[in-house]
Amino acid sequence: MKLLLVGEYREGRLLDTSAELFGFAAAIGGDASIFLVGSAEDVPAFSGALYLVDAGLYGEYNPEVHKQLLLKAVEEVNPDLIVFIHSSYGWDLAPRVAASLKVAQVSEVIGFADNAYEVGCCNAKMHRNVTPSTSKAVITIQAGAFPALQSEGTPLVKVLSTDVASTTEFLGYEPAEAKDVNLAKAEIVVSAGRGIGKKENIEVIRSLAKAFGGELGASRPVVDAGWIDHGHQVGSTGQTVAPKLYVACGISGSIQHLAGMKKSGFILAINKDKDAPIGEVADVLVVADVLQFVPALTAKLS
Amino acid sequence: MKILVCIKQVPDMESHFRPNGSATWFDESDLAFRMNEYDEYAVEEAVKLKEQLGGEPEITVLSIGPDRVIEAIKKALAIGCDRAVHINESAVASKEPWQIASIIAAYARSIQFDLVFTGMQSQDRGSAQVGVLVAELLGIPSTTTLVGFAYADGVVTATRELEGGVKGKVRLKTPALVTCQLGLNSPRYPTLPNIMKARKKEITTFQAGDLSSEPPLTGSSSFRHPEKKGSGVVLEGSVDELVEKVIVILKDKTAVLR
Ligand SMILES: Cc1cc2nc3c(=O)[nH]c(=O)nc-3n(C[C@H](O)[C@H](O)[C@H](O)COP(=O)(O)OP(=O)(O)OC[C@H]3O[C@@H](n4cnc5c(N)ncnc54)[C@H](O)[C@@H]3O)c2cc1C
Ligand SMILES: Nc1ncnc2c1ncn2[C@@H]1O[C@H](COP(=O)(O)O)[C@@H](O)[C@H]1O
Repeated sequence: MKLLLVGEYREGRLLDTSAELFGFAAAIGGDASIFLVGSAEDVPAFSGALYLVDAGLYGEYNPEVHKQLLLKAVEEVNPDLIVFIHSSYGWDLAPRVAASLKVAQVSEVIGFADNAYEVGCCNAKMHRNVTPSTSKAVITIQAGAFPALQSEGTPLVKVLSTDVASTTEFLGYEPAEAKDVNLAKAEIVVSAGRGIGKKENIEVIRSLAKAFGGELGASRPVVDAGWIDHGHQVGSTGQTVAPKLYVACGISGSIQHLAGMKKSGFILAINKDKDAPIGEVADVLVVADVLQFVPALTAKLS
Repeated sequence: MKILVCIKQVPDMESHFRPNGSATWFDESDLAFRMNEYDEYAVEEAVKLKEQLGGEPEITVLSIGPDRVIEAIKKALAIGCDRAVHINESAVASKEPWQIASIIAAYARSIQFDLVFTGMQSQDRGSAQVGVLVAELLGIPSTTTLVGFAYADGVVTATRELEGGVKGKVRLKTPALVTCQLGLNSPRYPTLPNIMKARKKEITTFQAGDLSSEPPLTGSSSFRHPEKKGSGVVLEGSVDELVEKVIVILKDKTAVLR
């Protein structure tokens, strides 16, 4: 199998997640080449062809132009599989390439067997296998699903260029907001999810956090609804925490939430749904109504 | 100005899912359906833009699926979309992103919309493909994962959500397509008077097969509950018993309770 891996840069640096592309390539086997819109200053060790585009000339986000350049690499490599990370860069660029080639795309791959790719669906509650019916295919792999692997060797660098006009103008990055709550240092984090039902019930969860002497965290919908501010959000677009004890109250356990807390020492989840995917990582899943269980636990602890 | 909003109807994610007969997807019986959460942000953003422009733009809301999707369409009309297109497809579950996008593009091509809003992904399929594929098929610029949107004089300024709290600002000229991320705005609830008014709004129906008959590019199989990995325990029972058990376990297994 011939693979073309697509790495990512942010402000001139190769992103760490790119190492997961090597992890995937090693797992599935085959000949890998890599395509990077980045900088010659920061290319990975690699023992295959490296198609390099100068991000200084074309920008780190410029989808129409990146697509055209990637299609050039596809023409040279003639890969069976084009592999992206399922990230803001990958899910934006992958369908463009798939559409140009008119080939199958499988999104957010977590495993493979034969010619089928395993993916999550229904908010990660279910899995299924997706089989491309085209000879080439585009996939995006879920961040964290494959091990990060440092590859070795000296790449054979080939520089690509294009004169295709861009249709989007990148105006720049906005840095992450400063965090007013440092959850990363807390030994205990008690988080509220959408299952708490309404803003007022944040207090129920806050009381439990206090009884434990821990900090209050939250899932994204709780933040998006304005029930609590973003500083409390746990997950891929919030904070990453690894406390000794993480208590998830009314949180389903989406991939993006798990990315921020699955390394916790002990995970206690309270959910009325026995099938909730949080059960996959929880040491204890209490099947109950949070609004009944949490106050009772708080009372017992205080 | 003509605006298109694409919405999908998805099952309530708190449902218990069972595979259908061929295990390609879920069995629909007994499931309650609602508007895809990401698409609620798309509808709201379109309606906000219409208000910003003094009511001039005409917003068409489109959904592909069986008759049940009309419920989601009606909600979008009650929130402020002007007219609707229901593309009837009873086998929508077996249509994969390329086919869905081809159907939408076949319809949209004939109207020449200035702006298309979609969700960044559907909660059930989660492919995050349909929006971008529609833009590619229409040959218009697009950008994804919006947490900020501004429009003036044919120019969209979009704020994309990247990883780690970083955002990226992008400018593109209409006609264009954008995909909406959670938190882009605060979706409003339809009011009773608006629900009544929406009843009079026009819903045009097409048959999916009349618009596009692209073959699928992927096949689906083995729809299933994931294998349990961890050694976690599931506790059920009365609240008092549960509290007792949890305290014993926490004392035993963690160093946080003394
Ligand atoms: C690019 C991207 C980035 C994202 N980043 C993040 C992130 O950083 N953090 C994050 O959290 N999410 C993030 N999300 C959103 C994520 O996909 C989910 O939508 C979100 O995590 C769901 O939050 P939730 O579990 O609180 O809500 P839901 O998924 O709605 O789950 C609510 C849960 O509560 C349970 N419940 C309901 N009522 C009760 C009750 N009375 N008692 C007990 N249980 C009850 C339900 O069974 C359900 O399991 C991101 C999404 C995307 C696409
Ligand atoms: N059946 C459908 N009808 C209308 N729009 C859809 C449909 N399926 C997907 N979409 C749109 O495409 C977006 C992305 O869906 P997906 O590629 O399935 O993750 C959704 O948020 C919708 O805006």
